Amino acid sequence: MNARVSRRHFLRTGAVGAALVLGFRLYAARPASAETSTAGLAQFTPNAFIRIDSEGGIVLVVDKCEVGQGVYTSLPMLLAEELDADLDQVAIVPSPPNEQLYADPILHLQATGNSTSVRSSWTELRRAGAAARQMLIAAAAAEWRVDPSQCRTERATVIHDGTRRQLGYGALAAAATQQPVPQDPQLKQAEQFKQIGKSPLRVDLPGKVDGAAQYGFDVRLPGMLFATIASSPTFGGKLNSLDDNPARSIKGVRNVVRIGGQGFDVGGYKLHLDDAVAVVAENTWAAQQGLAALEPAWDRGPNAHLGMDDVVRALEAASDRGGLVARHNGDVDKALSTAATRLEARNYMPFLAHAAMEPLSCVADAREDSCEIWTATQVQARAQGIAAQVAGLPPEKVTLHNLISGGAFGRRLELDGIALAVAISKQSGAPVKLVFTREQDIRHDLYRPFYHDRLRAGLDASGKLVAWHHRIVGPSIFARWAPQALRSDGLDPDAVDGAIQMPYAFPNLLVEYVREEPPAIPTAFWRGVGSTHNAWVIESFVDEIAAVAKQDPVQFRRDLLGHAPRALAVLNLAAEKSRWDKALPPRSGRGIALAYAFDTYLATVVEVTLSGAGLVTLQRVVCAVDCGSIVHPDSAIAQIEGGTLFGLSAALWNEVTVRNGRVEQGNFNDYRTIRIDETPEVEVHLVSSREAPGGLGETGTVAAAPALANAIFSATGYRVRQLPIIKSIEELKRRA
Amino acid sequence: MARLQINGATHEVDVPEDMPLLWVLRDVIGLTGTKFGCGIAQCGACTAHVDGKAVRSCVTRVGTVADRGITTIEGIGATPHGRALQNAWLSLQVPQCGYCQPGQIMSAAALLSEVGSPSDAQIDAAMAGNLCRCCTYVRIRKAIKQAAASQATAQRT
Ligand code: FES
Ligand code: FES
Repeated sequence: MNARVSRRHFLRTGAVGAALVLGFRLYAARPASAETSTAGLAQFTPNAFIRIDSEGGIVLVVDKCEVGQGVYTSLPMLLAEELDADLDQVAIVPSPPNEQLYADPILHLQATGNSTSVRSSWTELRRAGAAARQMLIAAAAAEWRVDPSQCRTERATVIHDGTRRQLGYGALAAAATQQPVPQDPQLKQAEQFKQIGKSPLRVDLPGKVDGAAQYGFDVRLPGMLFATIASSPTFGGKLNSLDDNPARSIKGVRNVVRIGGQGFDVGGYKLHLDDAVAVVAENTWAAQQGLAALEPAWDRGPNAHLGMDDVVRALEAASDRGGLVARHNGDVDKALSTAATRLEARNYMPFLAHAAMEPLSCVADAREDSCEIWTATQVQARAQGIAAQVAGLPPEKVTLHNLISGGAFGRRLELDGIALAVAISKQSGAPVKLVFTREQDIRHDLYRPFYHDRLRAGLDASGKLVAWHHRIVGPSIFARWAPQALRSDGLDPDAVDGAIQMPYAFPNLLVEYVREEPPAIPTAFWRGVGSTHNAWVIESFVDEIAAVAKQDPVQFRRDLLGHAPRALAVLNLAAEKSRWDKALPPRSGRGIALAYAFDTYLATVVEVTLSGAGLVTLQRVVCAVDCGSIVHPDSAIAQIEGGTLFGLSAALWNEVTVRNGRVEQGNFNDYRTIRIDETPEVEVHLVSSREAPGGLGETGTVAAAPALANAIFSATGYRVRQLPIIKSIEELKRRA
Repeated sequence: MARLQINGATHEVDVPEDMPLLWVLRDVIGLTGTKFGCGIAQCGACTAHVDGKAVRSCVTRVGTVADRGITTIEGIGATPHGRALQNAWLSLQVPQCGYCQPGQIMSAAALLSEVGSPSDAQIDAAMAGNLCRCCTYVRIRKAIKQAAASQATAQRT
């Protein structure tokens, strides 16, 4: 930690009434580049607050979005642990939009993503709790004229056992504001934790079992209208003409608006919206009926003949170009030329939609001099920024109510729903709830990129890996989403994430990146981001190399992990718990994959059986996880369970394909998602650790596809090089 | 004008006969616990009960359910099965984003009213129409069993 910063961690931002308000700086350990970009800030500007009022109410401002990962529980737990309050005594308030104050140190933006929430807050939230507690104790000790070290705290109360006195934090709040703010409070040792490492009921769950939880989709305002939308069916198409009478003649329809056909730039983030038509009505059904009655005349535009061949051909051609060097150790060419055995592979990974259970939705009330939005967004400041642009107002006139999200998986890192809702509200002169149909949600998503990878490896005569060459070919999401994150030569750190920091020790290694944008198809982050793509490619190829070297896949990996004890430990744990060496019936197989992603180590074993028709049944999944210190173990397990199944589902069935410029899939009937009757038992084993926490929200997804593909190889001898696996059904049928 | 009996209360609504029950519940009456996920009976997010049977309210015309007993997630906690399921859902911390869970619980409640102690196969059959993109299925299965067991115990005592 940066000592200069750590001396100025906390600031008593004043007594507001009789409340103790303690401001502190989350993300003190900011990287140098971020320091300079915020140089305009006062030397110490708190970006997080605890407020303890005279009634004893404790409020924490949380800057992360609750998308199902549990941050509304895990973040207050960090504070409550050191404050010695119970979780039910801490209320949370979502933070306002403010890019400079809330920029995540890993993402450099106010954003929820990349599995950073706990990693970014682990130390600072605990320090804030400890500082406030110390001030409250000092206040009580002064009043009682006792030694502060004779006081203890529990359940938001300071207690002096010697004189049997106690005072609640509320009663002490006013006096505590007069105490000096400790800049280096003592934190508990892990064995003193009373809350961290336990799994209390998540605070958001009661409302999620009785229908009370409110998502963006559920917001209701007085006078609110309901809108639904259809964008140009082809990418880049234009609306030539529209007769809106058929919609207006439907009972309940109030307005038909043309929107889109516009590009945005919000602090470097770029978004293009195709032309679209929206129908605004008294209820969603009338809006949908109105939309169905319309026959917009679309000009199909420049991509009218775009198909998957165009995408794949362009990537393959680009793969013959040299790339930007992401990492280079040793001399790969030389090692390859002298290798006893050489292998090559080409892999393909499809476009994917997010298809969160809650389709995109946003409520907007755009007026002359103000704009309010109710939605779930993973990027609050940008949400405010785009709403301001559409509304034609300065950002401070836009109020954001950030709600919980019905899943996100990266979808709510994008701002199309907000821009569209504000535009519709503005044109309709009323608050409007825009809800996407599932078809609009899938056909007008921004997609996980299609990637093409080329790999080469060399083995020496003893079967030892001596050369590794990985060339990644695909688009750059960061170039559109946050160009400031690109390396100066244009290298996209997400595209190579997971490929340059493998746990394995390879003596000669070259990782390259060739940027190739697909024509017209917008790309975006998806659960597990770069690591999900690269882990699939790498772990499939490592498995392939092991097979060529005639070595057991677990043993082969073990031999490459001499300097990675945590990776080795999860590998061994997964092998042990899955009974790796136990024989399986015919047409069955076990596959393993190892990943290091978001500072977490994970090994996953998938067991499958194939039917005579080549259909894959998932039999069992075992995950071994070392994510360092764990705040809420039950949520950790849940994230790995869900993330793994999410990845298996996509690997088995999902692809978004484009034909004649349009997305072919539209709903869950053709964008298949795993169901309960296809779900195997999933065992998650957590390694106990005191290391700093690793991320969990996306990690399970990362290892899923390669473990599955490797299990299929073990069952059939067929090496899957193209996802989804259902595309290989004929081959699997032949081998099964 | 249709008269609807929802969670024991009567609602008079002036809507077209062919309007799906889902949008009547959500947009007209304001019961937003019942969710939209697909609109074509593929995901189960919109599951409600009509006379105790699970229906996909996105494809149930409101005209067909007038004067029948409709129960939604907001009312299911008043039934013994519903309460037991909600308790089990909380004790196993089933929901993640939670958006599919009203539908899951409604399908599970319909199952428990037919089969007191369902097998894995019966759970799979009854719940296969309910998607969960967060993939909470492992816990859903456990929670249904736990709820069934708790009711069996309650009946014995
Ligand atoms: S919304 Fe009715 S089944 Fe999906
Ligand atoms: S809990 Fe998120 S969709 Fe089921």
